[in-house]
Amino acid sequence: MSAKIITITSGKGGVGKTTATANLGASLADLGYRVVCIDADIGLRNLDVVMGLENRIVYDLVDVVEGHCKLRQAMIRDKHLNDLFLIPAAQTRDKTAVSPQDMVRISDELRQECDWILIDSPAGIERGFRNALAPADVVLVITNPEVSAVRDADRIIGLIEAEEKGPGKLILNRVKPEMVRRGDMLATEDILDVLAIDLIGVIPEDETILISTNRGMAASLDSKSIAGKAYRNIARRLNGEEVPFETLQGRDGFFGRISRLVRAGGVR
Amino acid sequence: MKASLSIKGIQDGLLVSIPEGNWDEARPAFLELIDEQTDFFRGARLALQLEQRTLGAAELGSLRDALSEREVNLWAVLSTSEVTKTAAADLGLAQYLTKSTSGADEDVPFETVLYGDEAVLIEKTLRSGNSIRHPGHVVILGDINPGAEVIAGGNVMVWGRLRGMVHAGAAGDESSKVYALDLSPTQLRIAGQIAVSPSRRGRPKPEVAQIREGQLVAEEWQNKRRR
Repeated sequence: MSAKIITITSGKGGVGKTTATANLGASLADLGYRVVCIDADIGLRNLDVVMGLENRIVYDLVDVVEGHCKLRQAMIRDKHLNDLFLIPAAQTRDKTAVSPQDMVRISDELRQECDWILIDSPAGIERGFRNALAPADVVLVITNPEVSAVRDADRIIGLIEAEEKGPGKLILNRVKPEMVRRGDMLATEDILDVLAIDLIGVIPEDETILISTNRGMAASLDSKSIAGKAYRNIARRLNGEEVPFETLQGRDGFFGRISRLVRAGGVR
Repeated sequence: MKASLSIKGIQDGLLVSIPEGNWDEARPAFLELIDEQTDFFRGARLALQLEQRTLGAAELGSLRDALSEREVNLWAVLSTSEVTKTAAADLGLAQYLTKSTSGADEDVPFETVLYGDEAVLIEKTLRSGNSIRHPGHVVILGDINPGAEVIAGGNVMVWGRLRGMVHAGAAGDESSKVYALDLSPTQLRIAGQIAVSPSRRGRPKPEVAQIREGQLVAEEWQNKRRR
C-alpha cells in the first residue's frame, strides 16, 4: 500500500477544516479504504472531539515524534468504521514540538499502513501550517463565501504554490443558495474568478453538520444529510471518479434557471 | 533655489541626480525626500550623479552614513570634478556605472538599443501577501489580487485584473501611469496622490490612471490616433 496524503487547510479559522477532515475521512473509509486522519493543530486539538474519540486518547502525535510510543499505538480506531483511524494532536504542547521534517517522516511511515492520509491543518500561516503542508501530495483549500475567508484562501494558495505543492483544489463550504440568488453572498463564479484554482466540491449550509459534530459522528454517514452527500461526492472525486456537481439552487423554477444560464454564459 | 532632484531606475538600482546649487540646501532636501518615501528607498542601491559639483571626502562620507542610517546603500558617485572623484575613490565608491550613461560607448552593435528606465516582467498572478518592488517599470501578465501590492519607481502595466494596491512613481514621479485591463484596485497611488476606485460601473474595460492637473484620474485606455 502507498497512501495518498491530503492536507486540508484554509488560512482563516472557523471555515470548516476539521469538519471537512472528519467527513472526508469517514466518506473514504465508507468507500472501503483504510484511512488515517492526523490532527496537526497541536495545542488546540479538535478533530478528536468532532470524531467523538476524545475519551480514547492515550498517545498523541507528539508522543510519536518524541519516540514515547509506536505509530500504531497512537492510531485510534473510529467507533463506526473499522478502517478509519485518528492520530490526535497533543493538547498540552505547542506547534514547535513538531517540525515539518517530523511530519514527512511520520507520513512516509504511515504510507505503508493505509490508502489515504488526511491532515487537518491549523489556522494561520505559521509553523503549524508548514507542518501540515510539508508531507502533502494534494492540498485542499477550504473557504466560505465571504470576503475575509476568500482573501485568506488566496494568501494560502500563494504559499502552497511557493512550496511547490501545486495550486491545490478548492472546497467551498457553507454556501446558502437562497442568499447567492438574492445577491447577498459571493457567488461561486466570483470566488473562482479571484482564486483561479479547480473546484472539487461545494458544501451547502446544513444544520445536520452541527448536529453530527456535537454527536461525534460524521454527517457523511447520514444518508439524509445534503452536506454529507456533498462530502461523499468530494471523496469520490478524490478517488478519480467523475461526479457531476450538485445543483444547490433549491426551488427556483423555470425563470430562475434561465437567468442563471444567461449570467453564467454571458458577460463575465 | 528649489531645483528638483531627479530619480531614475537603472539596472543597478536607482540613479539620483542632484541639481546644482548650495550643498547645504541640496543635502537636506535629498534626505527629506528619502524620509518621505521610506517604503520605496529602503534597501535600495543608489548611484549619485553630481556633475561638476565639488565635494570632499568628509561631505561624501557623511552623506553615505546618513543614507545607510536610512537603509540605503550608496555604491557609486558620478562626477566630472577631480576633487569629487578622488573623494569617491578614497571612500571605495564606484565612479562609473556598469553601462556608460554618456552614450559614448563605441562597441554598441545596434543603433536601436535604447537606454532608459529598466522594466521587469512578471508572468504570474500576485496573490494576497505578495509584494513586488522595483525602481523602474513593472509589467504584470496576470492579476493583482486583493492584499497584494506593487511599488514601482515608474509605470505599472497589468495585463489582467488589478484588484490589489499599486503605487506607481513611488519616488515622486508624477508623470507615472498605471494601466490595467480591469482597473479596480483597493487603492491606487501615483507619486504622492492616493485614490480608491469607485464601485464597479458595468463591464470592465482597459483603463489608464494618471495625474492630470493635480488629480488622480482614470480614463479609457485606447490609442488616441484611432479616434
